[in-house]
Amino acid sequence: MIEKPVLIKEDGTRHDGRKSEELRPIRMEVGVLKNADGSALVEFGRTKVIAAVYGPREIHPKHMTLPDRALIRCRYHMAPFSTSERKSPAPSRREVELSKVIREALEATVFTDLYPRTTIDVFIEVLQADGGTRTTGLTAASLALADAGIPMRDLVAAVAVGKVNGVLVLDIDELEDEYGEADMPVAMMPSLGKIVLLQLNGVLTPEEFKKALELAKKGINEIYRLQKEALTKKYLSYPEE
Amino acid sequence: MSLTPVQTPIIPRLKKEKIVSLIKTGKRIDGRRLDEYRPITIQLNPIQKAEGSAAVKIGDTMAMVGVKLEVGIPYSDRPNEGVLQVHAEFVPLASPTFEPGPPDENAIETARVIDRSLREPRAIRLEDLAIIPGQKVWIVFNDIYLLDHDGNIIDASMLASMLALNVTKMPKIVSIEGDKVVIDKDSRGQKLPLNLNVVTVTIGKVDKYFIVDPSLEEESVLDAKITVAVDSLGRIVGLQKMGMEGFTEDEVDYVIELALKKAKELHSLLEKVLKNPEEASKSIV
Repeated sequence: MIEKPVLIKEDGTRHDGRKSEELRPIRMEVGVLKNADGSALVEFGRTKVIAAVYGPREIHPKHMTLPDRALIRCRYHMAPFSTSERKSPAPSRREVELSKVIREALEATVFTDLYPRTTIDVFIEVLQADGGTRTTGLTAASLALADAGIPMRDLVAAVAVGKVNGVLVLDIDELEDEYGEADMPVAMMPSLGKIVLLQLNGVLTPEEFKKALELAKKGINEIYRLQKEALTKKYLSYPEE
Repeated sequence: MSLTPVQTPIIPRLKKEKIVSLIKTGKRIDGRRLDEYRPITIQLNPIQKAEGSAAVKIGDTMAMVGVKLEVGIPYSDRPNEGVLQVHAEFVPLASPTFEPGPPDENAIETARVIDRSLREPRAIRLEDLAIIPGQKVWIVFNDIYLLDHDGNIIDASMLASMLALNVTKMPKIVSIEGDKVVIDKDSRGQKLPLNLNVVTVTIGKVDKYFIVDPSLEEESVLDAKITVAVDSLGRIVGLQKMGMEGFTEDEVDYVIELALKKAKELHSLLEKVLKNPEEASKSIV
């Protein structure tokens, strides 16, 4: 077995040099695909996810139509080359579960009742996985929905908080997830103060949980700011004369 | 792909008004308090051919868990540990809405939430389940079978899983020659090594109100729900928010507090049943 790497150094920084409450370098770009109605590329460090939205559009097969609202269909999927060991492209149990929790987070924000009898399809492809892929995917998906012009109550911003060597750290990467004690992905509609995704994979005391949620909120506010910046960059820039 | 579930829009909305108006007065359609579980009945070892089994009824929701042990190969990243596998089957006899076929997203989610809640606090001492380190280990199959669906599947499945694991006796190893392990499936020896117990508490949200252990009728009108896994040391060992609405931070705090309180009750029920199986166990199936 490989020896456990040093995750928190003596000076309190993490294995990649970050402070405990520091996000990885983030890149967000909106409207990266030509065919999709909306799309976004989001990177958190080496984690790279692309999301596309098609719709509202007609549903095939027709019998799936909902009479009073739009259907949301969501697929979270990892590319076979996204992980160190090749990932089989067939959907794993993990991907099925994550598709569900991501869809439920988006259901909370989309005004689905404006588009009855249609579907809004959200496709999330993880191109490179280095921890935090569901939160990065959700962050990208909400940008793609905005890019598609679909009315929403708020953007959804997400990040995972972890516990590593007893220290709560923001935005854990794969190494910290693998060797850490806890991984807690959180997604919020920040302006509305609503938590739309909350999972915990690990062990936390009730006190640690409260602190972890506070830390997540801090990260989410920063991610939210970057999301708005990315949208502004595309939609509110004036071409120079 | 995950799809918005189909709901019949008219009946639940009428029902929702009734359920919500009752909840506002602190009552529920089945007469319970907001923070009250339905009656829980338990049967230990209903299946003799399993290494351990349990049936649990929470109200009319009935879940059965059978634990089977086999000798197999460890995961390459954990060569000196046994393997835990949790699966859930929502068989069509349990509900008119269940179809035959591979597990759907709800069954997969249930199994994975329970898997994580057992794995993360190391409820099973997997390090004690290596037979030939690096080559042969015990594989623990925790198979959840839902027999009747009347809401709150996860808590019933978790309770049944924990009980079944507690009464699991491992098959005896007859001989080890080289990397060949021969076991005798018909003679049971030691108990499965466990560190601690874990229970889950599921709390539903309707408007600004919170109900413990939602029934199927209540589930059909819930905005969202949270399952909190709590171990016997009072730590939070798993969380899963489900459903199409969000929670404010204050609401999450309230839910966690309530869940920790209810978890204590479930833990003492578990202990009581395991201490006095004859008295506490009833025949269910």
